[in-house]
Amino acid sequence: MNALSWDLQLLNTLAALLLLLSFAMLAQRRIVALVNLLALQGTLLFIATLLLAWRTGDHNLYISAGLTLGLKVIFLPWLLHRLIRRLGVYWDTEPLLNITGTMLVGVLVVIFSFGLAQPISALASTATRNSIGIAVAVILIAFLTMITRRKAMSQVVGFLSMENGLFFGAMSATYGMPMVVELGVALDVLVAMLVLGVFFFQIRDQFDSLDLKNFEALKEDQ
Amino acid sequence: MKVFDWIVQLMGIALALAAAPVFLGWVNQCRAWLQNKSAPSILQPYRGIRKLFHKDAVIAENASRLFRLAPYVVFGAMVAAAAVIPSIATRLPITQAADAIALVGLLATARVFLSLAAMDIGTAFGTLGARREMMIGFLAEPALLVVIFVVSLTCATTALPIIAERLSAQSFALNPSLAFTAVAFTMVLLAENARIPVDNPATHLELTMIHEALLLEYSARHLALMEWAAALKLFNYACIGFAVFIPWGIATGHAPMSLAVSVILLGVKLMVAGAGLALIETVSAKLRVFRAPEFLATAFLFAVLGLLVRLLLGA
Repeated sequence: MNALSWDLQLLNTLAALLLLLSFAMLAQRRIVALVNLLALQGTLLFIATLLLAWRTGDHNLYISAGLTLGLKVIFLPWLLHRLIRRLGVYWDTEPLLNITGTMLVGVLVVIFSFGLAQPISALASTATRNSIGIAVAVILIAFLTMITRRKAMSQVVGFLSMENGLFFGAMSATYGMPMVVELGVALDVLVAMLVLGVFFFQIRDQFDSLDLKNFEALKEDQ
Repeated sequence: MKVFDWIVQLMGIALALAAAPVFLGWVNQCRAWLQNKSAPSILQPYRGIRKLFHKDAVIAENASRLFRLAPYVVFGAMVAAAAVIPSIATRLPITQAADAIALVGLLATARVFLSLAAMDIGTAFGTLGARREMMIGFLAEPALLVVIFVVSLTCATTALPIIAERLSAQSFALNPSLAFTAVAFTMVLLAENARIPVDNPATHLELTMIHEALLLEYSARHLALMEWAAALKLFNYACIGFAVFIPWGIATGHAPMSLAVSVILLGVKLMVAGAGLALIETVSAKLRVFRAPEFLATAFLFAVLGLLVRLLLGA
């Protein structure tokens, strides 16, 4: 019944696990665990890229895989953990919506993105084209994670997870973006992360908290 | 041949009736070992049931006929469910007569009667237990149904024996949708059988209990039937899991050899599953009752993700 080759099976499994991890991030209340999940997502992405590189024999993908490993699995989680330690923010507050509700919205988002990706998948010619829907779902769920959190830290994690989804989407649709674009994006994420790291301290100095609802008080009419 | 089919079917039911308390005893024994306690005998549930059958039944004055009837209905539903589930062989008369959705209906019937009987006396504990049981049930049932839908999509049928046959004939493949649904099914099993993250089967007279609260007013033979039905329910759920997720070894013909192999394999699977269940119960803490919906929503999510992944990836 299932005539797929083993590497494609593995890629599908990895895609499914990526989606699962997105939901785990959506449901996670603790910021430390959230960062660990992000690192795990990066690891899965690394394995998937490596597998795809081996499958297609595309050397650029090996570089992408190395970049993923260095940046998303090792450096960014390390940086985030360091920031958490220095800022002393170990706990996230309850999300704006309760967990069950958020997850049900997440399921709707997945259905929506699968529908959205269907025409794209029909046009793509890659073996992994079915995963495009999952990539779109990962992006949108990361977005949902950002929307439902109030703390700057978890919003940044959501942002990074979104980038993971984008990367996976590009990989499934066209076996990776051109090298220049990819390096540019990687650099962007890196710089954004460093700048945000500085921002965290600024926000905390200003408001004594990383809760973004304080930003609302800057409105002029108040 | 027809007569032989029925004989095998009756043997299957008798096996389920006999094995269910032993399975429960095995789970309890494993759990005691894992918790460094001296374990009760594996036959302890039998002794409990025997003792209860020898006692005189005490029934509350304001109990209606429903209260007396419920244990027989619940027990009967569980026996019928045991007959429907292909635990040792797939081509049996009753097993082929009902599909998985009817099976869920049978389990629901048992739950409704159990809850009605608990509310019948009008004590606070019974009503409380019944309400909690219905809450768990209405959250667990959709998850169970979605699990069944995923498998039905894979095999294009809702009949459990055909599902078991097709899945065991299929060559081994990584199947994320089945893996997700297996996790969902395990969570439903824990919730439906009042195991630890949702309810503590070893507790009596605590405000957190669900299953025990339902049985509080029962005594003697009624209680024995209820306890036996609960053991059968656990056994049934385990067998549904085997039929869907590890169907290898279930006899498709009626050769005595394949039946014998099937029974032995069933024993091995039950031993492993029981140990696994005990392990889950040992490493997890009981959730607050208000967290149970979250637990079951996660199960539902796993099942739905399995369904979606199945639809999108075809795997």
